[in-house]
Order: sequence, then C-alpha cells, then structure tokens
Amino acid sequence: MKPSTVKRLLSTAAALALATGAAWLQADEPPAVSGERPGGDTTVYASGRNAFSFPAANLGDEERTRFVVGNSFFRRNWVEAPSSTRARDGLGPHFIARSCGGCHEQDGRGAPPAPGEQPLGLLLRLSVPGRNAQGGPKDEPIYGGQFNNAAVQGVRPEGEVVIRERAVPGRFADGEPYTLRQPLYSFRKLGYGPMAANTMASPRLAPQLPGVGLLEAIPEAEILRNAREQAAAGRPVRGVPNRVWDAPSQQMKLGRFGWKANVASLAHQTAGAFLGDMGITSSLFPTEACSASQRDCLAAPRGGQGGAPEIDDETLGHVVFYQATLAPAARRDAEAPAVRRGEALFHASGCAVCHRPSYVTGDSPDPALASPALRGQTIWPYTDLLLHDMGPGLADGRPDYQASGRQWKTPPLWGIGLLPDVNRHQRLLHDGRARGVLEALLWHGGEAEGARQQVLKLDRADREALVKFVESL
Amino acid sequence: MKKRQFLQTSLALPLLAAGWSRAQAQGVGVGAVVAQYAALVHAGYEDTLAGALELQAAVAAFVAQPSQAGLDKARQAWRAARESYGQTEAFRFYGGPIDDEQGPEGRMNAWPMDEAYVDYVKGRPNAGLVNDRKVLITKSELARFNERGGEENICTGWHAIEFLLWGQDFSAEGAGNRPFEDYVDGKQANADRRRQYLSVVTELLVDDLRYLLGAWVPGLRNYRERFERGELESLRKIIVGLGSLSRGELAGERMEVALNTQDQEDEHSCFSDNTHRDIVNNALGIENVWLGRYVRRDGSTLQGASLRELVAARDAEVAERTSRQIAASVAAARAIQPPFDRAIVGGRDAPGRQQVQKTIDSLVQQSKDLVAAANAVGITRLTLVAPKK
Repeated sequence: MKPSTVKRLLSTAAALALATGAAWLQADEPPAVSGERPGGDTTVYASGRNAFSFPAANLGDEERTRFVVGNSFFRRNWVEAPSSTRARDGLGPHFIARSCGGCHEQDGRGAPPAPGEQPLGLLLRLSVPGRNAQGGPKDEPIYGGQFNNAAVQGVRPEGEVVIRERAVPGRFADGEPYTLRQPLYSFRKLGYGPMAANTMASPRLAPQLPGVGLLEAIPEAEILRNAREQAAAGRPVRGVPNRVWDAPSQQMKLGRFGWKANVASLAHQTAGAFLGDMGITSSLFPTEACSASQRDCLAAPRGGQGGAPEIDDETLGHVVFYQATLAPAARRDAEAPAVRRGEALFHASGCAVCHRPSYVTGDSPDPALASPALRGQTIWPYTDLLLHDMGPGLADGRPDYQASGRQWKTPPLWGIGLLPDVNRHQRLLHDGRARGVLEALLWHGGEAEGARQQVLKLDRADREALVKFVESL
Repeated sequence: MKKRQFLQTSLALPLLAAGWSRAQAQGVGVGAVVAQYAALVHAGYEDTLAGALELQAAVAAFVAQPSQAGLDKARQAWRAARESYGQTEAFRFYGGPIDDEQGPEGRMNAWPMDEAYVDYVKGRPNAGLVNDRKVLITKSELARFNERGGEENICTGWHAIEFLLWGQDFSAEGAGNRPFEDYVDGKQANADRRRQYLSVVTELLVDDLRYLLGAWVPGLRNYRERFERGELESLRKIIVGLGSLSRGELAGERMEVALNTQDQEDEHSCFSDNTHRDIVNNALGIENVWLGRYVRRDGSTLQGASLRELVAARDAEVAERTSRQIAASVAAARAIQPPFDRAIVGGRDAPGRQQVQKTIDSLVQQSKDLVAAANAVGITRLTLVAPKK
C-alpha cells in the first residue's frame, strides 16, 4: 500500500471516529478504530522505567532543546535561600517536595505513603465553607489552601498527615469476594494550632504527565458537547464542566486539570504547584503562601534577586513546555484477543460514555508554551473532562468551583498500563486508594453505579479482559 | 589471537549459525550483528567490573588507613573504571538489563545528585545520611534511600562515590578537594560512618555490575540468549540505544542543559571534573556499536560483524554519512577543553561554549543519520521497545 493511501485511510478513520463520537455515547459498539497510537503523531514506542519521559515524536530540533532544559528544572531540586546556586534558589518556607519530580517521579504518578511515612505524591487541599474572590474554595484561615508537611530550617512544618484505613468488603455476582481499602485522613502535630472546626480536606494524588499538552488542546466545544449529549441521553450519567479562575489569562475558563477539573491551563497548574508544593514564587503567583499567623514563614529568607519571583517567566515557560510535549506511549497488545474482548466489554458496560475514547486536537491556549506538533492530532485519552457524581464512597465533601463534594472529573485512562513499569505501582483514583484497575472500577458509584453493576456481573475471564484492555491504553 | 577473544569467538559461533546463511548470501546478517553487539556488551561490563573491583580494593586500603596517597589512588581507580562504564551507556534506553523494571541504572549512575543528601556540604555540617546516625549503612538501606523523595536524592552509584572521594568542587581550575582527614576519627565528625558508607556503596556498585554481566554472559539462559534470537527487534533496540544516547541524553541532558544554565550543578561528573571524559566515552560507546568494535581495557580489540556493514549493504551512502558523523562527534567531544564547568561559561563567542555546541550539533545530526540507517534496514518504530508481545 502506498503511503498516500495509508494516510487517506487514516484520515478517513479519523473522520469516522469524529462522526461516531455520538454513537459511543450510546455505548453499545466499539469504535471503528481503536487508537494504537494514542497521541497521534506525537506517540512514542516506549515501555520500561523511562516510558513517560519521551518528547513528542514529531517535535523539532529546537523544541527538543527546550524540552531537555525544561526537564532539568522539572526534576532538579530547588534549594533553601540563601544559597550559592543561581538557578534554583528559593525552596519553601513551607513545601511538600523539593522538585516537580519529587511527586511526579519519572514524570509518573505519586503513591500514598508507606506506613509510618509522610505523604509526598499525595497532598491534602484545605478549605472552609464559602468562596474566595474568584469563586474558588476559601482557604483555611491558618494553614491556607493546602497542607505542607515540610519546611526550611527555622520554620515549623505545618504538621503531619495521619492515614487510617477501613476495609470495605464486597462480592462479585459469581461469588468471588473482594476487599477494598478506604483511607481516612486526619492531622497531628499541627505547627500553628488547631485548624478551623469546619475545615474540609481533600486528598489529591500526583497524576502521570504524558499527554497533558494534548488534553489542553482538546477543543472546548467538544467537551461541552460531551455534556450536552450526556444530558440529552436521559440516563443517570450527566457530566458537567467546571469553570475556574485561570491566572495566566486572567479569566474564568473551562477546567481540565486536577481531580476536580479545578485548573484550566498547564501554566496555571505548573505555577500553582511551584508555589503550593515547593514554595517557589512566580509572576503568576508572586506571594509565598504564608498566612498572617505563620510569623516564622513570613520572616523566612526569600530567593529571587531584588524582589523578583523565584522562578522567572522564561524558565517557568520551559517547564510548562516540557510537560506539554511529554508524549503518550503507543498501546501494547491492542490486537490481542483478550484485549479486544475487554474493549467490547468496556463499551458494552457503558464505560465509554464518560471515558470518551477519542478527539482531534485544536490549538493550545498559549502557543508560546506549547508546540504546533500537538495540533490536529487524533488522540485517545478516554475522558470527557467532565465532573460526575461518583457516589458517597469516593466523596471528599469539599466543593471546588462548580464541583460538589461528590463530583470528580473523569480521569484519562492512557498510560495506566505503564505505571508498574515507570513507578512500580498502580495506585489509582484521586487518592491512590485503588490497587489496580479492577479496584478503581469497583469504587465507581453515583452516576457510574450502573457501569459498576455491569462489571460485578462479569465472570472472572471477562473481568480480566476488561482490565487488560484498560492496561493496553 | 588472544585466549579470551578465541573463547568469545568459539562460544559465539553456534549462536551465529542462524544468521550465517543469509550473511553468506548478502554479506553480513542481522544475527551476526546482534551477536557481535552482545559480545561488546559483555566485554564492556566485564571491563567495568574489573575496574570497579580495583576501585573497591583501593577504597578498602584507603579506609583501613586513610592517607592522601590512598585517597589519590582511589580517585585514580574511579576515573579508570569510568572509562569503561561510559562506553557501556550505549547499551541503555531500550529496557534491557540495565534499565528494565528491575534494572540498576538509577542505583548506579543517577545524577544530578543533591550531595547534601549524602554528606555535609558548605554551610550544612550535619547534612546527609553519613551524619544521620539513625540510618543504618547497609546495601539494602542505601538502595532503599536512593531516589527517595525526589529524583535528585541520590545516595548510591558512581556519583555518590565520586562525591565521597572528591567532595564539593569550589575550584575554578580543578576538581573538588575533600581532605582525607574526613575519614580519620577525631578529625571530622562521623568519620567512621563515612568510611563504612564508602565501602558499602562501592560494594553495591560491584554487585550491580556483576548482575549486569550475568545477564550478558554467553551460553546461559539469560537476557543475552533471548536477545540473540531477537533478529530485527534486537537490532531495533540496538539502534534505539544509540539514538537515545546521542540526542536525548548526551546532547540534551548532559550538554544542552549545562549550556543553558551555565551552572556546574548541571555537569555530569561535577565533583571530579571528569565530565569531559564522560562525554568522550559516551560518544565512543556509540561508535563502538556502530563499527562492531571495542578496544578493551587491556588494549586488545574486539572486532566483528557491524551495524555499519549491515546498513552499507542496503544503502552505502547512508552508512558512509553515518560513519563520518559519528566519528565527527567523537572528535568534537575530544576537543572540549576541561574542565567542563568552565567550558560552558561565557558569552556567545566563548570558545569553550562553541566547542560544546559543535559536539551537540554533531550528535543531533548523528541521531538523524541513525534513523536513516535504521530505515535503510527496514526499521521504523524507533522510540523505545516495541509493544510487549
């Protein structure tokens, strides 16, 4: 077959995929093509420890240079001010990790802490009832918007996180029992006295990063269409978009990132994490997150020269670009019979309604922070980027912009099968409570209760096939 | 023919049988190239292990009776062992024994390291695992602490040993200059733990090299045995390794980042100022694989069926171009004036920076030539390992 014919066929397939988008919502048939290359032309053929760390396959030479520079600022530790280093000064005063890679190890996913250890890739957001000036959660008055369990010398850490677990037993229709584990969170050794009595805490796991630039380039209209079509279908599944404050564009925008779609852009997410997780100020977030009652935090030395932010705009841009161009890996075993079987079950069980398989990407919100290589790609992330009521089992009880205390964003499924390669674990859901795909599925409730009931009825072979399919993505 | 080479050849012969028929028909065959590659990998790790054992002996002598002469000897042994190891990095990046799920790479050669994670640094006299008497210094504990809480929290491998031998580098002209008294009781706090740490971390490196060698020993049911049956897929892995080291790792991580930040923190062997040799040895490692050749530690040469010949049989022009470019990269790397942390500093016209840039440009071009070479032999999926079957 001539290359041009192949290309024509592929674009026909892409068009078909688009046209059948609505059909997936009916959720009865697998799509005409299941993407072997989830990132389109950005896709890399990768597995093993470095599988999440490759630049988009279609990235240009100069962009690759920018990628590696961004990578170095992503994974290298920031240090306490004052220090001899020019480039990476200003960690803290409060922080959780010393580098982005501290939580997103190998550009991958964090995990809950081992017993007796403090969390690193898992943070706890804090708020009290009410809204802030932008309509987002209202910070806990002493500890702020998130809990920081580490601090520089001379500053008190905010305290320690305590995680207890409760067993949640259940049984498949075929009689096979299972036991889920539900984590319960509390705090101790609080550095600045008790929290407000009505404090709400929400655990959030650091997700893997390949493909985030492509998610950012999904046309907003497609996400809104997901919501419209789900509403029109008249079933319990009714996803809604989040609308959130975006600091880079200084406006309210559709939320895409974070477990509650509480962030609109990678730039906001990245600058927010620099400040919240590492204590690194930027032009987007120029003020250290010390509350009025944290005097040692307020008095601690700052990095940055002459009042400048601790990370400059150019460097921050490199780190955003780096993440935006991390490439999804090609699927493994896409044609294996069990995987094909699992794919059919995935659609028949209604999973694809929320985990929408495919999109064609449009423009990135800020071309200076992304690559033209991301545009016009047929991608397979398996998400609708909408919020869904997932039932009481998963609820954190903490609203976040439009998201209620029971709603979570449908997370993309790509890359899940490579987590054991890269991070040596497969902890899933917003706080990593699920040990693998099947447990994650069993935690589904609320709008997804119907899909869960379908899965409970599957026999062992079919359950394994379903898991195999998800792990092939 | 030296005895070792003879053994190698006779062991390799039966494994090559499958490849020979085609080789006879159209010159060198895929099987022969893959087998020669396996021989290079084995020899490379064997030489590195020998170097690491000499390092271990030097370390043992030094910690038994710390002296400047003993420290110098250990430093020299470290540099010598790095000559071999640097060349083996051409065997990375395809999920082979060095960097598959169980692979020890992160424990052996992770960098950049936050040295304060291991031992005291200027202004922080109590920093590091050495000075934390609650931490047990054993191989398994150090392995557990490595990369814990951040990719820079490196406490094992070549660069941890390097830091323990040289210390922080505050000198413009030379390397770090840790006093040997750091290892003498009563002269520096926790000297006992520092001695123990250096011994244990060196032993761990030796263990990991033994493990790698085991995976590539001929005639066993091991990774090599499967690899040699891998035909085009193994060839693809070989080229993926060369391309990844050329572009992403050597040109990118090890040079472009340092050029951008002009910061000593971003050089590979920052304590010993050995980075210029790391670069040369990486470039040479790539050339070794391309030419099916390796000059061993003892000066003998291993030579056999090469990727170059295989490509030349399909596209002589691409093979020639790739050979020239790879040679140019090695030459450009050799011309970088040490120390690297000075070479990267300055304005646009600084000669040091220009030479580093020239090496980068050559490596970037060579990665493209390698893609063309792979295409010439029918290989297209080049990013890393193929989907698991």
